[in-house]
Amino acid sequence: MTSDFSTRAHDALNNPQLRANFRRAMDGLMTKRAAQFEDKDNWHALRARGAAIKARALARLPDLLEEFEQKAIANGINVHWAETTADANRIVLEILTAHGAKKVIKGKSMVSEEMHLNAHLEAHGIKAVESDLGEYIIQLAGEAPSHIVMPCIHKNKGEIAQLFTDNIENQPYTEDVDALTAAARQVLRREFASADAGLSGANFLVAETGSLVLIENEGNGRLSTTLPPLHIAVAGIEKLVEKLDDVAPLLALLPRSATGQAITTYVNMISSPRKAGEKDGPRQVHLVLLDNGRSRVYADEQLRDTLRCIRCGACMNHCPVYSRVGGHTYGSVYPGPIGKILTPQLAGLDCAGDLPHASTLCNACVEVCPVQIPIADILVRLRTEAAEPSTSPAVKGAGSGHSAVESAVWKGWQAMYAHPAAYKVGTKALSVVGNLIPAAAPLLKQWTSVRSKPKFAAKTLHELAREKGYDHE
Amino acid sequence: MPAHVTPPARMPKNVYYFGTCLVDLFFPDAGLAGMELLKRQGIRVVFPQGQSCCGQPAFNSGHRSEAREVARAQLDAFPEDWPIVVPSGSCAGMMRVHYPDLFKGDRDEERAKAFAGRVYELSWFLVHVLGLDTKLVDKGEKVTVTWHGSCHSMREMGVVDEPKRLIRALSNVTLVENPREKECCGFGGTFAVRQPEVSAAMVADKIAAIGQTGASRVVSGDCGCLMNIGGALDKAGKPTRPQHLAEFLLERCHDQ
Repeated sequence: MTSDFSTRAHDALNNPQLRANFRRAMDGLMTKRAAQFEDKDNWHALRARGAAIKARALARLPDLLEEFEQKAIANGINVHWAETTADANRIVLEILTAHGAKKVIKGKSMVSEEMHLNAHLEAHGIKAVESDLGEYIIQLAGEAPSHIVMPCIHKNKGEIAQLFTDNIENQPYTEDVDALTAAARQVLRREFASADAGLSGANFLVAETGSLVLIENEGNGRLSTTLPPLHIAVAGIEKLVEKLDDVAPLLALLPRSATGQAITTYVNMISSPRKAGEKDGPRQVHLVLLDNGRSRVYADEQLRDTLRCIRCGACMNHCPVYSRVGGHTYGSVYPGPIGKILTPQLAGLDCAGDLPHASTLCNACVEVCPVQIPIADILVRLRTEAAEPSTSPAVKGAGSGHSAVESAVWKGWQAMYAHPAAYKVGTKALSVVGNLIPAAAPLLKQWTSVRSKPKFAAKTLHELAREKGYDHE
Repeated sequence: MPAHVTPPARMPKNVYYFGTCLVDLFFPDAGLAGMELLKRQGIRVVFPQGQSCCGQPAFNSGHRSEAREVARAQLDAFPEDWPIVVPSGSCAGMMRVHYPDLFKGDRDEERAKAFAGRVYELSWFLVHVLGLDTKLVDKGEKVTVTWHGSCHSMREMGVVDEPKRLIRALSNVTLVENPREKECCGFGGTFAVRQPEVSAAMVADKIAAIGQTGASRVVSGDCGCLMNIGGALDKAGKPTRPQHLAEFLLERCHDQ
């Protein structure tokens, strides 16, 4: 998808059903999360710990990746390295082809979305079936996730009921949630039983033990990773944590931040394929570690904090922009505040340069981030990278947002505001003639579409302070 | 994380007042009200005539060097080691939280850090330094108001309860809290013109929530929000009046 935030925002804002769906869902999620973190001292201590765990892991990332690989291989897990999504797709396809797999059952994975894996497999005659209920629903609709944790949050009961009636054989129209869930369950059970391979993501990779940690609520993740004879996991290289002890504090943050649950229904620890004498589990486990621009993010000290993300989605749940326009407006796999900083770094500012500007910098995301990612600071950094051409750019597409007109405006602004004499003359002029500027003038036109024109006061505060006898030094 | 702000070691005799560029041009009465409140507590208020803007508009737009030069002019304009009181959480946040980063590696890095440490948001200063919440005597008629907390005052300067403590200290004022008080009004500086439709949707929701409080006034500590919210209220023909906290307090407690 291309990035044209404004156009898609226009469409989303004019869709009252969509706006109502998001508003209601986000309000509910914010309330549930708040109930989990009522003890503020506990929250501050826990998130500081979460941030420290991820920062410590990132500080040693190259070492930890090596340690993880050795441990995982010793456990019998096959580890593959993919620099690009094309590499990752090729690796997954090769493994599946080698096993003669025709159908893959999928647990929820955002990295597989990043790879557009389903389309790639389909083009090579392999059917990928989403087994997470939300992912299943949007797969039926032919849509992409609109939220990283709740992919079909943009749909309401009625829309889902219609989708099921249209797509599932002999399914009568019902808005009964239990009946809808049971219908999906029936379809998916057959898919689980007949799948040749299971595919999942991973929430954490533990270097110390070579384990994959996967959390989920529906049991579909466990089925996808244990029932078929082959399990392939795909994960970004930033998922590493150093020790098994690091997992518990992150688990205390992730579900509570995401859905307001104390813990998910399932916490899967995958450390090996089926061992001799065991009666179940896949005979082979493969892990594909994806870079796709993460190394470049990693190389910059400030931008590296982006990689702390544990994908809870709290930033989008609390974002006043996301809750108005929904996830599809961002035109990228990762929507909301984390998407606004991650997408331009992975895809390049030349492709997604408008995303860092789609924010009021209100800091609501920063306030709730369980690993203290300074999202607002990184948004401003990316705006700066886009505006100022650089010879050694930290971000792909740096300088692509440079505008000669805009730069001239800011130079003019500096000339007036950095020089007291110029400022005095300039503000005097504005207080005399400013109100003559027509409401339809550029910039003012957008402002006055829903607001009155601001009125320049007859006298500036500088003048009033002098008149009232305030000292100036 | 909001800035960790502590009161000055001793009760200051002099304070600087940084009026902000928006107040200077559009809301000078609000700016003056803040100065009057401080002066009436027996403090000498100094308004340097060389001041202009904190630099935030350029900084947030990605034009750091222009922001830095305008910020440097402020470092020059406030030379003494006095507290700098600001009637805006947003501009205060820019100076206290972002100046050290803006001047990192610059010849003025140390000066910028010292400057940043002297910056206070007005309502915080009134409560924590002057204890004004225990001294206010309400002389006004009965009125119902609601409060709008600005994003940067809450999330950069850590100012959340202070303004409400001041409002609650007024005996004839009923404060009705807006359940969506902490949600951004959609101003966001250049955001309002870069994403006019999203901004419009946000301010429409904001004025609807304000309307539901039944308040006749919406009081805030940031003129950016007030320009946005007030402009939208006016354009929609709503009766609720926007007012800066300083102006509201002065009007209630002092004969002008």
